[in-house]
Amino acid sequence: MSFLTALVSGLSLGSIYAIIALGYTMVYGIAKMLNFAHGDFIMVGCYIIFTVASTWGSSPVLGVIAAIILCTLLGVATERVAYRPLRHAASPLAVLITAIGVSYLLENLALLIFGADAKAFTSVIPWNGISLFGGQLHIQGVTIVTIAVSIVVLIALQPFIHRTRSGQAMLAASQDQGAATLMGIDVNRTISLTFAIGSGLAAVAGALLCSAYPSLSPYTGAMPGIKAFVAAVLGGIGSIPGAMIGGLVLGIIEILAKTYISSQLSDAIVFGILIVVLLFKPTGLLGKVVQEKV
Amino acid sequence: MALLEVNNLCISFGGLRAVDDFHINIEKGELHGLIGPNGAGKTTVFNLLTGVYTPDEGIIRLDGKDITGHKTMEINHDGIARTFQNIRLFHQMSILDNVKAALENQYQYSLFESLTHLGRYGRVEKEMTARAMDLLKVFSLDSDPDLLASNLPYGQQRKLEIARAMATDPRLLLLDEPAAGMNPNETRELMDTIELIRDKFGITILLIEHDMKLVSGICEKLTVLNFGRILAEGETKTVLSNPEVVKAYLGDE
Repeated sequence: MSFLTALVSGLSLGSIYAIIALGYTMVYGIAKMLNFAHGDFIMVGCYIIFTVASTWGSSPVLGVIAAIILCTLLGVATERVAYRPLRHAASPLAVLITAIGVSYLLENLALLIFGADAKAFTSVIPWNGISLFGGQLHIQGVTIVTIAVSIVVLIALQPFIHRTRSGQAMLAASQDQGAATLMGIDVNRTISLTFAIGSGLAAVAGALLCSAYPSLSPYTGAMPGIKAFVAAVLGGIGSIPGAMIGGLVLGIIEILAKTYISSQLSDAIVFGILIVVLLFKPTGLLGKVVQEKV
Repeated sequence: MALLEVNNLCISFGGLRAVDDFHINIEKGELHGLIGPNGAGKTTVFNLLTGVYTPDEGIIRLDGKDITGHKTMEINHDGIARTFQNIRLFHQMSILDNVKAALENQYQYSLFESLTHLGRYGRVEKEMTARAMDLLKVFSLDSDPDLLASNLPYGQQRKLEIARAMATDPRLLLLDEPAAGMNPNETRELMDTIELIRDKFGITILLIEHDMKLVSGICEKLTVLNFGRILAEGETKTVLSNPEVVKAYLGDE
């Protein structure tokens, strides 16, 4: 049973990684930049939920809604203020460094406002879950909700991207921004929308993450952010199903490594696997080989 | 009044004057050719007209409206569309989706309707698909609209680019070497298509082309560029028999 237990919590952690990785991969695919502050949007979302809950003591649903709305605005504003002016900078490094700067800015703002000590986060999912096989396998409520949410997100995103005008504009911009602009597509609006979706999903991921691992500090988002980035690369950055698969694979490997090998070594194993996969398949599991134009 | 009126257009890159004192007047419904040796600045003119480059000097008027220095997207909404010398389709999208992407800004439904497929979503998507299919029919590309654009043969990719540009509902269509890489049969077919676009849709066309059979076959007027400057302009026949033009193309004696 312990294997099954590990597999289920791996799926759950992997689903969280997958939701975060979606934000990474969509922004990379369309804006062609790595938003290293993405992990910190998760942390911001968690603090919003925490603040709403501790100030008004209201139902967690309100906090989650507030987090989604505010993180969406934060994502759009960050892109508008910090990234857009650098989009056509001479070096693509400029925007990357700025993203790292935004990441530190958010972490230190949180440090200033909430302090360094970890806050106890009350789960937004007040459900104990279910017991299977006469109590041998217990699946927590948050685990079930996490997996369900990731499935819903993936199912909703595919038709959105492939069968709506905004999605078509995203795909077009991801393939040739210049040609898209010349065909009258508002690339700025499209990129804003991408950041909005990615950041909104980061808030959702934050709510799920802190419900499963209920300790909140200014650095809560950093490590899951990096792991989700690894997941996006593992799956093939720019690919939405790739982010999903990369996230799940990574989560399951991490928990299995923790259970059967060593808790301390689990991160080393996760990153080791990334290196091995990239050695044999540099574009990731589902990544496309892009032929450079001559 | 001319549909496109350009005066004293100049742009330099570093020390090189890529386009110098360029002017052109294109009447509504005209089929105008822009020719000249490689590197003469023809594509640069297209990039200036579509806002990809901002001119150092000069003025561009579309139907009397000054569009100099406007953003690429706004110029497209104002009515100039183009194709590219090296095909720039959305290669990983289907034939139909390439055209629909170019229709995007002309149709409205909200994000909420996108996510839920409620409200205007169904009707508007249906309208967009119908209009895209009508355009594909004009270019005989409607037999397998779900095929990926990258899987089309070269000549048809060029046609799809024209169809996509047409989807933005232009008044002026700029074609950058539409016949490049086409065999004589495909070129003849293309000439018919270009004339059809002008006659049936009433779209004014400015095209860059090296294929003299195409140029002399369908263009009413020509402007010849050489080293960024206008070498000759006027009626096609007169221009092509101009000894200066012949010299620029074939060299001395």
